[in-house]
Amino acid sequence: MRGLVLHTATSLIGSMPESRRKRIPRWRAYRDGARAVLPLLPAVLAFGVSFGVLAKAAGMGAVASLVMSATTFAGSAQFAAVSVLGAGGTVAAAIGAAVLLNGRYGPMALAAADAFRGGPLRRLLEAQLLVDESWALSNRGGRFDRRVLLGAGALLYVGWNAGTALGVFAGDSLADPATLGLDAAFPALFLALLAPLLRSARAAAAALLGAGIALLLTPITPAGVPVIAATAGCLVGLARPHPLLAAARADRGDAQRTLAQEVSP
Amino acid sequence: MSGTWATVLVVGVATVAIKGAGPVFAAGRQLPPRTARVLGLLAPALLAALVATNAFADGESLALDERGAGLLAGGVAVLLRAPLLMVVVIAAATAAGLRALT
Repeated sequence: MRGLVLHTATSLIGSMPESRRKRIPRWRAYRDGARAVLPLLPAVLAFGVSFGVLAKAAGMGAVASLVMSATTFAGSAQFAAVSVLGAGGTVAAAIGAAVLLNGRYGPMALAAADAFRGGPLRRLLEAQLLVDESWALSNRGGRFDRRVLLGAGALLYVGWNAGTALGVFAGDSLADPATLGLDAAFPALFLALLAPLLRSARAAAAALLGAGIALLLTPITPAGVPVIAATAGCLVGLARPHPLLAAARADRGDAQRTLAQEVSP
Repeated sequence: MSGTWATVLVVGVATVAIKGAGPVFAAGRQLPPRTARVLGLLAPALLAALVATNAFADGESLALDERGAGLLAGGVAVLLRAPLLMVVVIAAATAAGLRALT
C-alpha cells in the first residue's frame, strides 16, 4: 500500500523511477553522493575559511568558531550569528537570526524523514548531515536516497570544518572567495538541481511561487524568513489533481492507466 | 565571551533539534497521498527560493550584481545540458571575470 501511495506521489510529480536505486551496490551510493558534491568542495572550503576569518574578526575565539562549525554545520546561519555579534548585536538577536535561517531544515528533514534508518539516536545523528546541497542531491523526486545524502553530507562536513580551521588559524594569507566568484557557484548549483524537477506544471508552479515569495519577502522580513515562507509554494499540491493530471497520467501509460481513464472525462 | 558561547550552544542545539525532529518522530509513518504530494513539491519550491536568495539577496535587500550574471551564464549551461561541475564553474568564472573587470 505504501509502495502504491509513494508510486502515485512519484508519478504525479513526474519524477525519476525508484527502481533504479535498488540495483546499485551499497558502497557505490555513498561514493556517488560524495562524488556529486565534489564540484562544490572548493567553494565550501573557501566559505569555511571566510567563516573562520569573520568569526575571528568578530572576536569569537578559535575554539568557539570550531565548535560552531562542528555542531551547527550550516553556513548561512553561522554567518548571520557571527555578523550580528560582530556588529555589537545582542545574543538573542544572533540566536534568532541563526535559528530562523536554519528553520528551513525542519520541512526539508520532514520530507526526507523516511530515508533514515535505525533507532532514534542514529536517525538524529544521520539527519545532521542534511544540508541544502546534500538534501537536493539525494532527492529522487520526493523520495530521498539515504546513502547519497550521507556521502554528500559527510564530504561537505569535512570541507566546512577543514575550511573553518584554515580560516581561524591561517585566514589572513588566503584569498577572498568573492574574488574567485565562488559565491555565484551556489545559485547556479541550486538552479542545476532544480531544472530536472520542472517536468510537471505543478512543480513549475511551486518553483515560481517559491522564488516569488522569497524575493518579495527579502526586503521586508529578517534574513531566513523568505526561504521558510517560500515552502508555502508546495501548497499548490493541494489543488485537485484531475481532470488534467489524470489525463496526463493516462498518456504516460503507467500502472494507474486504467484508473486514470475511469476518472478522466 | 559568555555571550558567544551561549550563541554557539543554543544555535547548535536548536539546529540539531530542527534537523532531527522529522526523521526521529515522523519516520515510518505512512503519509496520506495528499501530504506526500505536497511534500514532493517542497523540493522545487525550496530550490527556487534558494536560487533567488543566493543570487539576488544581499542581507535584507535585493541586489543585482555579478552573482546574477553568474546565474544567467549557469542557466544557459543548464539549458545546454552541461554537467553540474561545468555549470558551477561557468557561473563562478563569469562572476569572477566581471569582478576583475570592474
